[in-house]
Amino acid sequence: MTMSPHVILRVVSKVLIPFIVVFGFYVHFHGEYSPGGGFQAGVILASAVILYALIFGVDAARRAVPPAVVRVGFALGAMLYAGVGFATLLLGGDFLDYDVLHPDLSHHTGQHMGIILIEIGVLVTVTCVMIAIFYAFAGRTPEISEEDW
Amino acid sequence: MIQTVDLTQYFDYVFMAMLLSVGIAVVRLRSLFAAVMLTGVYSLLSAVWFVSLDAVDVAFTEAAVGAGISTVLLLGAMLLTSRECNPVPASRHWAALAVVVVAGALLFYALGDMPVYGDPNSPANAYVGMEYMTMTVDDIAIPNVVTAVLSSYRGFDTMGEVFVVFAAGLGVALLLGLGGAAGKRED
Repeated sequence: MTMSPHVILRVVSKVLIPFIVVFGFYVHFHGEYSPGGGFQAGVILASAVILYALIFGVDAARRAVPPAVVRVGFALGAMLYAGVGFATLLLGGDFLDYDVLHPDLSHHTGQHMGIILIEIGVLVTVTCVMIAIFYAFAGRTPEISEEDW
Repeated sequence: MIQTVDLTQYFDYVFMAMLLSVGIAVVRLRSLFAAVMLTGVYSLLSAVWFVSLDAVDVAFTEAAVGAGISTVLLLGAMLLTSRECNPVPASRHWAALAVVVVAGALLFYALGDMPVYGDPNSPANAYVGMEYMTMTVDDIAIPNVVTAVLSSYRGFDTMGEVFVVFAAGLGVALLLGLGGAAGKRED
């Protein structure tokens, strides 16, 4: 195998991608204290996969994050969100009224549980949809030729 | 009497001037690659401007979605389009200019009704917004009011947003496919 012309890009992105993923999770789980939440974290996680696809090729990215997983993921996140709503309905509250999720009202545990659950739903859907749109486009795009770099 | 001058407004003017010049550059450029990259720069500049306006959550989203994902998707779209096109006749330029001038004039006309920036009595700050600020501590007990509004008070709206994103993904997957399973079956 000949030396890749983008050695620096490969090395740097290999180092960066784990940090991007950790930062994405930080933004997600720190959303109650600082700016951020499921939407932003989802885009950051997706961008880690997209960076991997840009540098190492779309096929390698499809092996790491298979399209079947992505396809199931974006439905699963939306279902989790709506599911929390229906759970609160079944527990006797209003739609998405998280207070009924947990009896400990003085510490607002139900609210916190509800917010964490729906944010996970947002995270999963946004991450998977962003990756799916990229896969759909990238599947039709020829490899970026040298003159376009 | 010491008059306090809000210096951040000058930053805002600088950012708006930069946005305007990047916008003009995007229109004038003939290289698609440079134009796509400059739209990313435009998003990044507006994100910085939003930070200066204290809208950090919006800035974060703009930086991640506008400067990040959109730029990548535009690059993908750029590689699929042709590199040449027929010149647009001058008459259409004038029509476009007329639309832009009329829309711009209407926006400036409406500007008179806008509250002053940072006005505590503006509708956005006075009614339900202030209620959320005071009630979040008692209702939900998390420090970030934006998260409280997004996911609890207005959880139903956010669910709608998630379903919009879901519908976008579904539409793209149905129209273009994800390019995974189809290739596998053929081998």
